[in-house]
Amino acid sequence: MRYMMLIHHDEAALAAAPQKELWAEYGAFNEALSKAAGSTSGERLQPSSAATTVRQASGKTDVLDGPYADTKEQFAGYFFVEAKDLDEAIAWAKRCPSSKYGSIEIRPVHEQTGNWK
Amino acid sequence: MSDGGEARRAAERVARDSYGRLVAFLSARTRDIAGAEDALADAFATALRLWPVDGVPDNPDAWLLTAARRRQTDALRRRTTRQAGEEHIKMIADEIEAAAEAGGDIPDRRLALMFACAHPAIERGMRAPMILQTVLGLTAIDIAAAFLIPPATMGQRLVRTKTRIKDAGVPFRIPDKEELPERLDAVLEAIYAAYAKGWGEIEDGATSALADEAIWLGRLVVTLLPDEPEAKGMLALMLYTEARRTARRSPDGGYVPLEEQDTSLWDDSLILHAESLLTAANSAGPSGRYQIEAAIQSAHIARRRTGNANWPAIVALYDHLMRFTASPVVALNRAVAQAEIEGPEAALATIAPLADDKRMASYQPYWAARGHLLTRAGKRYDAREAFTMAIGLSTDEAVRRYLVSKRDRLGPLD
Repeated sequence: MRYMMLIHHDEAALAAAPQKELWAEYGAFNEALSKAAGSTSGERLQPSSAATTVRQASGKTDVLDGPYADTKEQFAGYFFVEAKDLDEAIAWAKRCPSSKYGSIEIRPVHEQTGNWK
Repeated sequence: MSDGGEARRAAERVARDSYGRLVAFLSARTRDIAGAEDALADAFATALRLWPVDGVPDNPDAWLLTAARRRQTDALRRRTTRQAGEEHIKMIADEIEAAAEAGGDIPDRRLALMFACAHPAIERGMRAPMILQTVLGLTAIDIAAAFLIPPATMGQRLVRTKTRIKDAGVPFRIPDKEELPERLDAVLEAIYAAYAKGWGEIEDGATSALADEAIWLGRLVVTLLPDEPEAKGMLALMLYTEARRTARRSPDGGYVPLEEQDTSLWDDSLILHAESLLTAANSAGPSGRYQIEAAIQSAHIARRRTGNANWPAIVALYDHLMRFTASPVVALNRAVAQAEIEGPEAALATIAPLADDKRMASYQPYWAARGHLLTRAGKRYDAREAFTMAIGLSTDEAVRRYLVSKRDRLGPLD
């Protein structure tokens, strides 16, 4: 199954972490991810202070500065994994350094075909 | 129970056994629990109706398959069938054929199914209901009755959980060695929760039947995981408790606390089975929570032979249990045992810190225990107050009457 891993950071906790170690750890994780999980893509996003939220209702457009929800943990990036089942996906979430500075939401990708019906 | 009742029960047992194995086999292949249940539902209902009357067929799996196929053909004629049902039935047919050629039964995947139902990604409160439905074929109505939830709500939650298992990719497998203890704990917790539901209410047929089903599941786990001491420990704990079922009520339905129970009413064969399981569990590995709790029961049951519970052992075992769960409930039970050795004042001193614990404020056994200890310490005013709290918090009518009689026995206070 293909899973999208949505990284949510506590931005303050991340900023307080020892940066050099953190990014070295991330480098190793990315290496493992691309070689062992067949992960094709993933991105790190700018912090939520750079976010803009747009909403349209009855012909009117609302443009708000800031993220969709003002919560302690903010969406910070994502990656994909190809996993046999949820346990394998959970293992990748545990390996990701971000799980120590926030949370990782695991979402199965909606597949049109290939899944046993 | 009459002989006819026993036979009916045995036939139902075989039907549930076969049904659970077929559902587990199919869903382990497809992750589609609802589809597997659909394919077999009518055949299973027919088996539950016919087997207790006509007797159990030689090959229950094959019988269910044939009945499911017939139903499928009818549905095809009416063009109302689901693709899933057809595929599921073909899968069982192939497997039963392969098993027959190999001279055995279809592979037993019920443990894998239980691990899926008790996966950490499944809401804790739904794990026991899921196991009861998928492995035993209990209806949402029966499960709802035991869990005090409206049947429609329980039905919806079961459907949602099955969809979640399929869509999230929850695995159907026995976890690896390093993960097994934690994950097995969730399975055992779910089964024990079902047992506790069946033990709590007494007058009610649905719930005491649930206790039987939980014990049956406990036996199944022990059979399928013979090397896991905690599985044996939990089964032993359930059997020790079950052995005292009839003794905990007087002929007129009054509550009888453990210390006052007539030991001749305890079920010897269940106790012997529990003792042998506990011995096997203790020799096989490190002590876990269920083994310790079973050992505490064993020390209580010593009263049957010696006239006295083994209180020093009980206190020591509670100390050991505290290392696993530092819960106030364990501390309270330990203090009650301590009172038997050191007297009520010592026990009251031990539980003094619990008075500040918010969880104890609405915990009925805390106030009942305080009432007993204060009575024995001669503090009648405080005892009266504690019993009054316990009476107000009781949910069981027999327990409430028992506590009222204890309070009345304190006599007039002036």
